[in-house]
Amino acid sequence: MRKKVIFKGVALPLLLLAPQLAITCVFFLWPAGAAIWQSVLQQDAWGLRTEFVGLRNFEEVLVDPAWREAAWNTLVFSAAVATSAMAVALFLAVQADKSIRGANLYKTLLIWPYAVAPAVAAVLWLFLFHPSIGLIGRALNQAGILWDYKLNGGQAMLLVIIASAWKQVSYNFIFFLAGLQSIPRSVLEAAAIDGARPTRRFWTVVFPLLSPTTFFLLVVNLVYAFFDTFGVIHALTGGGPGKATETLIYKVYVEGVQNTNLGSSAAQSVILMVLVIAMTVVQFRFIERRVHY
Amino acid sequence: MKRRFLAAAALGLAALAGLLPRPAAAQAQPVEIQFWHGLAQPLGGQLEQIVADFNASQPRYRVVPSFRGGYAETMVAAIAAFRANAAPHLVQMFEVGTGTMMAAGRAVKPTYGLLAESGVEIDFGDYLPPVRGYYQAADGRQMSLPFNSSTAVMFWNKDHFRRAGLDPNAPPQTWQEVEQAARKLKAAGLACPLTTAWPAWVQVEQMSALHDVPIATLGNGFGGLGAEMRVNNPLMVRHMNNLIAWQREGLFKYGGRDAAADALFPNGECSIYMGSSGVRSRIIREGRFEWGTAMLPYYSDVAGAPRNSIIGGASFWALNRGPQGGRNAEEWKGVAEFFRYLSQPEVDAKWHMETGYVPVRRASYAIAEREGYYQKNPGAEIPIEQLLRGGETTENTRGIRLGGYVEIRNIIQEEMEKAFQGQQDGQQAMDAVVRRGNQVLRNFERANRQ
Repeated sequence: MRKKVIFKGVALPLLLLAPQLAITCVFFLWPAGAAIWQSVLQQDAWGLRTEFVGLRNFEEVLVDPAWREAAWNTLVFSAAVATSAMAVALFLAVQADKSIRGANLYKTLLIWPYAVAPAVAAVLWLFLFHPSIGLIGRALNQAGILWDYKLNGGQAMLLVIIASAWKQVSYNFIFFLAGLQSIPRSVLEAAAIDGARPTRRFWTVVFPLLSPTTFFLLVVNLVYAFFDTFGVIHALTGGGPGKATETLIYKVYVEGVQNTNLGSSAAQSVILMVLVIAMTVVQFRFIERRVHY
Repeated sequence: MKRRFLAAAALGLAALAGLLPRPAAAQAQPVEIQFWHGLAQPLGGQLEQIVADFNASQPRYRVVPSFRGGYAETMVAAIAAFRANAAPHLVQMFEVGTGTMMAAGRAVKPTYGLLAESGVEIDFGDYLPPVRGYYQAADGRQMSLPFNSSTAVMFWNKDHFRRAGLDPNAPPQTWQEVEQAARKLKAAGLACPLTTAWPAWVQVEQMSALHDVPIATLGNGFGGLGAEMRVNNPLMVRHMNNLIAWQREGLFKYGGRDAAADALFPNGECSIYMGSSGVRSRIIREGRFEWGTAMLPYYSDVAGAPRNSIIGGASFWALNRGPQGGRNAEEWKGVAEFFRYLSQPEVDAKWHMETGYVPVRRASYAIAEREGYYQKNPGAEIPIEQLLRGGETTENTRGIRLGGYVEIRNIIQEEMEKAFQGQQDGQQAMDAVVRRGNQVLRNFERANRQ
């Protein structure tokens, strides 16, 4: 039942595609190509001495225990950020979808955090949870709970997860709310007439009908947790204490920018690129099948 | 529509023409010297004032200062600009980046060569030995111009000392005394008897220098790229184990990496604090209590201790424009003239008294003394006396010349954090620093082979 539009000639379709292709080339293919090339080189910081080393950079990265630790951190971090950001957003969207007074006000307020820059968000959380100047941090310590995310790796991880998830809740909220509003009333009313309680209606009717939105958000949230959380981690913990909150993307930054070790940094970003491509393929091939459109 | 396009094109062309060099006007224009620095306000403004004074003092050269974020960002920005053939003439580089700069080969123009070619003379013999030595090649030739320098000292809260029944005017001088004082402070109900900023710089680098113990072989790396880490020595292990034990006992509080612990002293939380001598002005501004400045403590049973401390801060490096060189003699001459201006004792003494950095020359120290600065600011002379203690520097107290040292300093902080979390003891922490640090050193050696 697909409608196909057939263009005559090649010029017009190419012209229409050109802007997108140009952007892809300049902002993706070119830098990605440069990273792949850099990843097989060994170079001093100033670029004066270059040597082709083949796959040695990759070998060194993969046997490095610090890299494996970062991979594990990334796994924990991404899973926690994606699930918590989506669960909270779904809960809030369901609440805001009800006919309550001031619904629009709630909606606006819930969308606000998305407009906050990652570094600013991190500073806000720092002022809440800093062990000696933070409101909540001090309260925790006074209540006898030893809170010091500068020394406790688990607490540091918890803090960056909360701060990163908080920023993403707004985005998820908008999509969930739109998804909820597009569910036909008649379906819900039919279920209600059949005697399904609200909880039952949610899990058997609403949630399955939301699955395209949920699936889309899962992909977006994982990509967010992988790549866009640099600012939060950088401002809150700097990857510490020890290496407790160093994720793969943060490690790429540390290696390339702080340590000016470009070969290793490039190899790590190539590995990261392969991982994310693989993850997205898996998601589309296996999870998408369960999605009802 | 078409006419508007034509007008825009004409405007663009005119703008382009403006960029083209005009030989006749170029004669009258001063030569521009691009200068990137990493000092935030208020220090950045004070530095830019010196630049403005230089520009006003002569018509031929105009130094254009530009703030590029912190030291680390400035270093990365300069490296990236060099690779793109657009490096500044002059860059301010923090002391830990010195090893990287020394190995940079033709990217940098060594200061001794620059001065000789331009016929400018600077009397480096008058500079404080730990200051000039940090930026010298192994054979003693000056590679960069030392500028803003600090060292680590100890500050103590006299009100806290009184509350704990300690003599407020007798700061602890040895670690043994620090431990006793910390116990009394804790017993008096003070939450944070002791803390430190810059854990790697103060507790490892300064402690090693004070006790004349090496951080790495080959004279802390001054002798070449083949140096190996040596921080797992008995002194460092003992010191780490002490800090770990004191932390568990509640005598010592870990305040975070780099300068994070700076905030814990001026706000009256911690009683004894070790950090940069440059924090002095902040304590004056924010501290609501009586305090004093003292030299860093040492272990009195270590033979030869205490010696001079080492410096922190930054120096100025002259850079080539890119891998193909690309600077003319006039530009180098401008850099050299600026260096001459900066090295004048009057300029240095003014900078010292306004900012709290130490004077880099003995002559500037004398000026500040003559003007009665240390009578008005008791304790401001402590960092200088500590740097000059013991006369000439030894190969363990000259400074650190290790490639990739920015990374190694982070490794030290990471392993200390793991130890303070209870995951390892002092020996394991220092062994891990040696193992991981050596990896960095070997990588650097491999990438910088001539």
